[in-house]
Amino acid sequence: MLKNLFPNVDWQAMWEATLETIYMTAVSTLFTFIIGLVLGVILFLTAPNQLWANKVVNWLSGAFVNIFRSIPFIILIILLIPFTKFLIGSIRGPNAALPALIIGAAPFYARMVLIALKEIDKGVIEAARSMGATTWTIIRKVLLPESKPALISGITVTAIALVGYTAMAGIIGAGGLGTLAFLDGFQRSREDVTLVSTILILVIVFAVQFVGDFLTGRADKR
Amino acid sequence: MIELKGLTKIFDTGKARLTAVDHVDLTVPAGEIFGIIGYSGAGKSTLIRLLNGLEKPSEGSVEINGQNITAISGPKLRKARQKVSMIFQHFNLLWSRTVRENIEFPLEIAGVGKEERRKRSAELIELVGLEGRENAYPAQLSGGQKQRVGIARALANDPEVLLCDEATSALDPQTTDAILDLLIDINKRLGLTIVLITHEMHVIRKICHRVAVMEGGRVVELGEVLHVFQHPKENITKRFVAQVTETEDSAETVRHLREQYPEGQLVKLIFVGDQAEQPILTQLIREYKVEVNIVHGNISHTQRGAYGTLILQLKGTADEIAKALAFLGAHDVQTEVMGNA
Repeated sequence: MLKNLFPNVDWQAMWEATLETIYMTAVSTLFTFIIGLVLGVILFLTAPNQLWANKVVNWLSGAFVNIFRSIPFIILIILLIPFTKFLIGSIRGPNAALPALIIGAAPFYARMVLIALKEIDKGVIEAARSMGATTWTIIRKVLLPESKPALISGITVTAIALVGYTAMAGIIGAGGLGTLAFLDGFQRSREDVTLVSTILILVIVFAVQFVGDFLTGRADKR
Repeated sequence: MIELKGLTKIFDTGKARLTAVDHVDLTVPAGEIFGIIGYSGAGKSTLIRLLNGLEKPSEGSVEINGQNITAISGPKLRKARQKVSMIFQHFNLLWSRTVRENIEFPLEIAGVGKEERRKRSAELIELVGLEGRENAYPAQLSGGQKQRVGIARALANDPEVLLCDEATSALDPQTTDAILDLLIDINKRLGLTIVLITHEMHVIRKICHRVAVMEGGRVVELGEVLHVFQHPKENITKRFVAQVTETEDSAETVRHLREQYPEGQLVKLIFVGDQAEQPILTQLIREYKVEVNIVHGNISHTQRGAYGTLILQLKGTADEIAKALAFLGAHDVQTEVMGNA
């Protein structure tokens, strides 16, 4: 029956493309999470009146975040081609998409981390200081646990954006469902391939959202 | 124990200079419950934060147990803070941690091992009366319970000083009393020195031994709570004292009382300390031919004795009334004739 509905779909290729999309999303989300978290904490702590208040560092990290957050992703990929070539050795395939995905998404997530940290009651940080906590202890035991639900929902939104970015990267040959939908579906006028690719991307997005919502709910004790 | 010398804090925002604390000198002996009262903006919040180094003074020094808090920083200051703990108006608990985990937090900071932490937190939970709520999250607790967690957390590292930053201002009157009783209990049991700031005279009256009144960054009046209640000097102090003794002094009330009790003589008695507990009235009634009718009364109990006023209607011959008043005077009861019928 599937054969009749989707005559042009090569299920083996479709499955491989799905795995590539999942791979690109998972790896880039992981690195985005780590880099975004570090950047966000630096942005927060170097702001005026904070524990590491430092105008220069705050300005530099703020500028980095704002610049890379503002460059349209498709342009960022092209700008990063030399960097990707140097790092990965190729500009084709799932791994070649990773640098652009991470550099595009980490500043976006850093902003969300900053917003999450700003939501923490200042009194709680003061209480920790009054107990003699070091800044490192405050980061580990106050800032991150207290903003956990917002950090998780933020990375969920970012991961979903990254699924979209992988499809865009697919157009210039990164592989995955984006490549399949564009090269195989659109350019060869096989609508059924585009349709199935889209459905699979939606399934991935819904799965990410579901897991993210579940984890956010579990972390929230308020 | 705690010694403040010429303590001054100026906030310089570039445009304006604000002197929050202005040359404050104070000494608080060990084991005392010391209250600082003032309206918001009087500088009391800044003052209490200077005591544990959360704020650095512009001038002057803070010495706690011989250690100059203002001269140390880094690891030394963090170590010192473990002995000067603090509770807050809005409790400032970590909502992501259970009651037990919140209490264990300062122990984690101090590097206490897991087993020892468990033991200590169990003792503290019992001390503040939260048995059975160990695994609840702050969101599941009432305001009073949250402050109990705050107190247990503050006591975890066996501090020498407990700073209370408007600790009861967010609580209802009943819960406030329960928390104040707990603080008195802790003060007696552990010999802890307590410094508290508040804008409620009720809190000062109930638990403090001595009180400082702050206005515009300066301490304008200082003394034994009972003495301050009895002889408030500054206008601001009088207003604070009126918070708890109120009513009988206003002209309105006096007129109203005279209308209600047209006969005899209205006399206001002021009792301070021990006399409040002696059966002076019984003697008065037995020994003099006067009829005594209690019209209005108000007794406030402070940590160091009671303070109260009583308005009596005395009926009898002018001679007997004069004798009765002389008798009261001889027993150190201040009397004030409020008017004849």
